[in-house]
Amino acid sequence: MAVLRLKFTKNERDKLAQVLWILNWISVLTGILLFSLGLFLKVEINKRGELMAERDIQYVPNMLIAVGLIACAINFLGGKICYDCVDTNKFLRWKLIMLPYIICTFFFTFCVLVGALMCYSMRGELEESLNLGLTEAIRFYKDTDTPGRCFLKRTVDMLQMEFHCCGNNGYKDWFQIQWISNRYLDMSQKEVVDRLRSNVEGKYLMSGVPFSCCNLNSPRPCIQQHVTNNSAHFNYEHQTEALNLWMRGCREALLEYYTHIMQSIGLTVLLTWLFELSVLTGVRYLQTSLENVLRQGDLNSESDGWLLENSFMETARTNLNIIKCLGKGNQIDTANNGDPNINVPSTSKAHYGPDNVPLKEIPEAS
Amino acid sequence: MPFMPVKFNLQKRVKLAQGLWMIYWLSVIVGILLFSLGIFFKIELRKRSEMMDNNESHLVPNLLILVGLLACGVNAFGGKVCHDSLDPIKFAKWKPMLKPFLLLCCGFNALLLLTALLCFLMQFAVYLTLAEGLKNSIKFYKDTDTPGRCFMKRTLDLTQIEFRCCGNNNFRDWFEVQWISNRYLDMSNDLVKDRVLSNVEGKYLMDSVPFSCCNPGSPRPCIQHHLTNNSAHYDYDHRIEELNIWTRGCREALFSYFSSMMTSIGVLIIATIILESVDMAGLKYLTTALETMEDPENPECESDGWLLEKGVKETFGDLLAKLKTLGKTNQVVEGGDSVSIL
Repeated sequence: MAVLRLKFTKNERDKLAQVLWILNWISVLTGILLFSLGLFLKVEINKRGELMAERDIQYVPNMLIAVGLIACAINFLGGKICYDCVDTNKFLRWKLIMLPYIICTFFFTFCVLVGALMCYSMRGELEESLNLGLTEAIRFYKDTDTPGRCFLKRTVDMLQMEFHCCGNNGYKDWFQIQWISNRYLDMSQKEVVDRLRSNVEGKYLMSGVPFSCCNLNSPRPCIQQHVTNNSAHFNYEHQTEALNLWMRGCREALLEYYTHIMQSIGLTVLLTWLFELSVLTGVRYLQTSLENVLRQGDLNSESDGWLLENSFMETARTNLNIIKCLGKGNQIDTANNGDPNINVPSTSKAHYGPDNVPLKEIPEAS
Repeated sequence: MPFMPVKFNLQKRVKLAQGLWMIYWLSVIVGILLFSLGIFFKIELRKRSEMMDNNESHLVPNLLILVGLLACGVNAFGGKVCHDSLDPIKFAKWKPMLKPFLLLCCGFNALLLLTALLCFLMQFAVYLTLAEGLKNSIKFYKDTDTPGRCFMKRTLDLTQIEFRCCGNNNFRDWFEVQWISNRYLDMSNDLVKDRVLSNVEGKYLMDSVPFSCCNPGSPRPCIQHHLTNNSAHYDYDHRIEELNIWTRGCREALFSYFSSMMTSIGVLIIATIILESVDMAGLKYLTTALETMEDPENPECESDGWLLEKGVKETFGDLLAKLKTLGKTNQVVEGGDSVSIL
């Protein structure tokens, strides 16, 4: 009882082989697409590597790159096989390889599916990484003279301008850290010294934000200093003013950006997985129908193609038995307490020549 | 004495037809490229039209779009002719159209040359439009409540951030205009009143720049206000400070952007002219080779191909003579009148 049996004439077999050849080449292109999507994601993550704390998120683009390369190789081989399948002589070359190839590709499609699912699961790790990374970045904003952190100010400023965001959760994050380096503070001024002394940790805090938080859409020139002090500016109320600074936090902005990228990549990988699966089904039908034709002997006749020769349960049982026997080949037979030298009487009937007369026992010399 | 004759046998003719067909399709792709470059250029001009007072000339992108479409059409037709040229029945259809087609190609090449020239010359116009437009943009920066100029502030801020520039010639342009609207100035404040009264035109001028002039690469937080006053900031000397705000003017920045775009488009057009000339030469050789076959029924025979039937000077002489006779057909022959009267 075969699974999804179909009849194939010679014409249909040839057409199937040609169509599969083209589809395999399209699959090579989708493999290249997967590879480039993985590369793109890797580049995007590394671009903002300074803003992300150490977290294990590189596995997703690496997986996509590996899957893309393997897909190219597998489908290239598949294309070659299908191209040769039109000619039965050439098919004999590939006959032994085809079944292992199909099994390998079947397991490979699972890898593709896992790759797609990983894209969606990366979000949690990414959020954690961004949270920690941005907190650190804002803290080290002022350290433009410390080697290794010289360009952090520039990176944070460009980030806030590009993604239209301010701070980690909001603009108030800037009020809690000192973002002006001591090199630019006049320690001889009374106000500066007072402010430093009034803070427990000796930090110069103020209700001001860097210029990169300024909102372009504001009708009035940007108010960066004394943001929460209504009387410091004419006709200004900070509780209702929404257009002066960017209201969104950078973590939310970056997370949304990366989630959007990964959702699109995940969708593309899922579609690629479906495509690969359908190509694999076609190759399986081609393989079984060609093998049946060879078994029948007449190359121009009709033949059956199927997905599995017996029903699903029987195939599973047979394969499990094969695996068990493979395991048993190394085991010792425990019937005679493990001693292989005991003579076990034969239960099969012996054949003693044409007249079937058992041999006379030669008496032993005592 | 034909100009640059070449002998062709069957194999050479076939090779020429195939090679020419491929070159024609390459030219179609180049035509599509020109078309999309024209559209890209038009979009870029539209995006920055506020900086140019909505006064910019769209001649070059429109011409590019037209030329791109024409190139596609002309080269596709040429490709079809080449494809059919080896089949005598199909080629007979196209034979009468070939001479006008080659003349059309000549005219098209002249149009391409004109477009390339314009690409190089219109850069001056762009420069002047930018200078005028940016001056007005800075003047109208504060008018975010005037209909038609609400978004001037946003556009200018975006331009300064994107192109890393400040002001028209440099940042001092901001010192000469009032860029803070009166709506946000506290007129009851003495300082404000003094400053406004001290100015002849009653403008509130100060040595400050908007936030979009700030350079993110500066190691210190941006100094926007009291730029020329060294004592207003700790450890600050405005004469040697280069990293604080962008020192380049926006006119120079925008002009170099558009100029590089127009120069590369011009170079591409010159390459297209060369490609089109190669196409025309190839087609002329192919058609003459097919026409001079002694025995049309026998495809194996040899034939000659050339660029011009007579030498260059003779062809020009013939052309001039033809133009003269075209002019003369409208003139009345004097002898004829007297004959008819009689």
